[in-house]
Amino acid sequence: MTAYRPGIATGAPSDRPGLPAAYLSATTSSFTAFLGAHAPELLPPTLTEVPGVGDLGASHGAAHGTTIVAVAFPGGVVMAGDRRATAGHLIANRAIDKVFVADENSLVGIAGVAGIATELVALYQMELEHYEKIEGAPLSLEGRANRLRTMIRGNLGLALRGLPVVPLFAGYAQGRGRIFCYDVAGGCYEERDHAGVGSGSLFARGALKKLWRPGLDADGALRIAVEALYDAADDDTGTGGPDLARRIYPTCGIVDADGARLVGDDTLAQVVAALVDRRRAQSGAGG
Amino acid sequence: MSIPFYVSPEQLTKDRAEFARKGIARGRPVLVASCAEGVLFVAENPSPSLHKIAEIHDRIGFAGVGKYHEFETLRVAGVRYADLRGYAYDRADVSARALAGAYAQTLGSTFAQESKPFEVEILLAQVGRAPQQDEIYRVGYDGSVLDEPGYAVAGGAHDVLATALRDRLDPTAPLAQVYAVATQALRRDDVPPAPLEVALLDRTRPRRTFRRLEGDLLAAGDLDAAPEPEDRRPRSSNPQTQHPDHPRPDDRQA
Repeated sequence: MTAYRPGIATGAPSDRPGLPAAYLSATTSSFTAFLGAHAPELLPPTLTEVPGVGDLGASHGAAHGTTIVAVAFPGGVVMAGDRRATAGHLIANRAIDKVFVADENSLVGIAGVAGIATELVALYQMELEHYEKIEGAPLSLEGRANRLRTMIRGNLGLALRGLPVVPLFAGYAQGRGRIFCYDVAGGCYEERDHAGVGSGSLFARGALKKLWRPGLDADGALRIAVEALYDAADDDTGTGGPDLARRIYPTCGIVDADGARLVGDDTLAQVVAALVDRRRAQSGAGG
Repeated sequence: MSIPFYVSPEQLTKDRAEFARKGIARGRPVLVASCAEGVLFVAENPSPSLHKIAEIHDRIGFAGVGKYHEFETLRVAGVRYADLRGYAYDRADVSARALAGAYAQTLGSTFAQESKPFEVEILLAQVGRAPQQDEIYRVGYDGSVLDEPGYAVAGGAHDVLATALRDRLDPTAPLAQVYAVATQALRRDDVPPAPLEVALLDRTRPRRTFRRLEGDLLAAGDLDAAPEPEDRRPRSSNPQTQHPDHPRPDDRQA
């Protein structure tokens, strides 16, 4: 006689109708691990599913993004990302989002191939919420940062074939904001004052070095994050500047003691208008 | 070689049903009731950490009675089912009715085929925009599903409780009133009272409606004494449609 296991099919997975065994097992609190066991087709693609050789990103024109910056201030972090996606020399989309609320008190921004990045963020958001519901408590901030690390590492094969994604993670815990930077291999490095990822991050980080100072408030951090993106858009074709005619402003998020939330377009319209006015005054009539 | 005794299928089913019913009747009852503010869950639960009431998805709540490890297994399965659906389609496509069906199949086939049935009863509720749109399902140990609009009770002496509540519960009454009636009905003279576990599927919240409540605050009629932080859970499964200020061509809600 077989041992009693409540609700778990005793033979082949299909020998009993109802929820399959993967649903009823108590082995994991991870949504990704559950999908891998039960519905792997819903996971982002891996190298094994994309056979062949060559640079996929260049040859198939997958849309790429861009520049994300994070700026720390006492008690929180501001994260901002531009809105452009490019495919080769073309602009694939001028209004996509690259900064997202990951959960109640963290933000995630992703640079790289837009399709895979969006897929990873959706999975990451569900991963955090799923864990919280199953366990009854959210993951620690370091736990969330590490979870993202393994997800990026899983994409290393595709990154080597020209489809990289690189995230930036910011969260609030124990009274302060923290910023975590990643590389394509999944390495996770904590940054103190400010950080940037993406094609224009070289210029954005240069700007932040001059603009950032200790004792910024949230508004000040938002202002310099938007300004850093403005400078990145100046020199990098992959980064879009604010589009005043279409009212397309950078996607900005704040995480502090009140939790993580996205900044409204009304606020950003003022920040961008003030920035553009100041630059116009500085450059005189010649531009 | 020994020859097994013949047991008629009728007798076998009867024995199993009695076995499961006994296990369930030992537990204290759980009550789910619609009210003006949402769907209220109340259970007597001596343990502050082993919950009988839990969140499944944005609009769906769960309550289990019977053996803890068995309904906990079903709760986890329910969260996985709901999250998989929400991830594959959209958050709006997760429904309590579909999950009740999945539970019914699992409980029913276990009851018929395994050596021991589940000793649990499950209540599933989905909150709507008005009390008339709330859905409450009771899934029995044998996989039977009952649609019980207004309120439902599971666990020990549930039929006595349900009858007692029939004329006293008004699904459109305010939360404090429904809570008072519910707690009064749950308390029994012959059993010492246990701490109450209380939760609400709050119909005023946009996405994540489930919140745990302190019974003492509710008894004082003061729901706002413990304000919840603002609901910032993503409104859709696709990250590209989550920003509240970035209108999309198909953004018809709002």
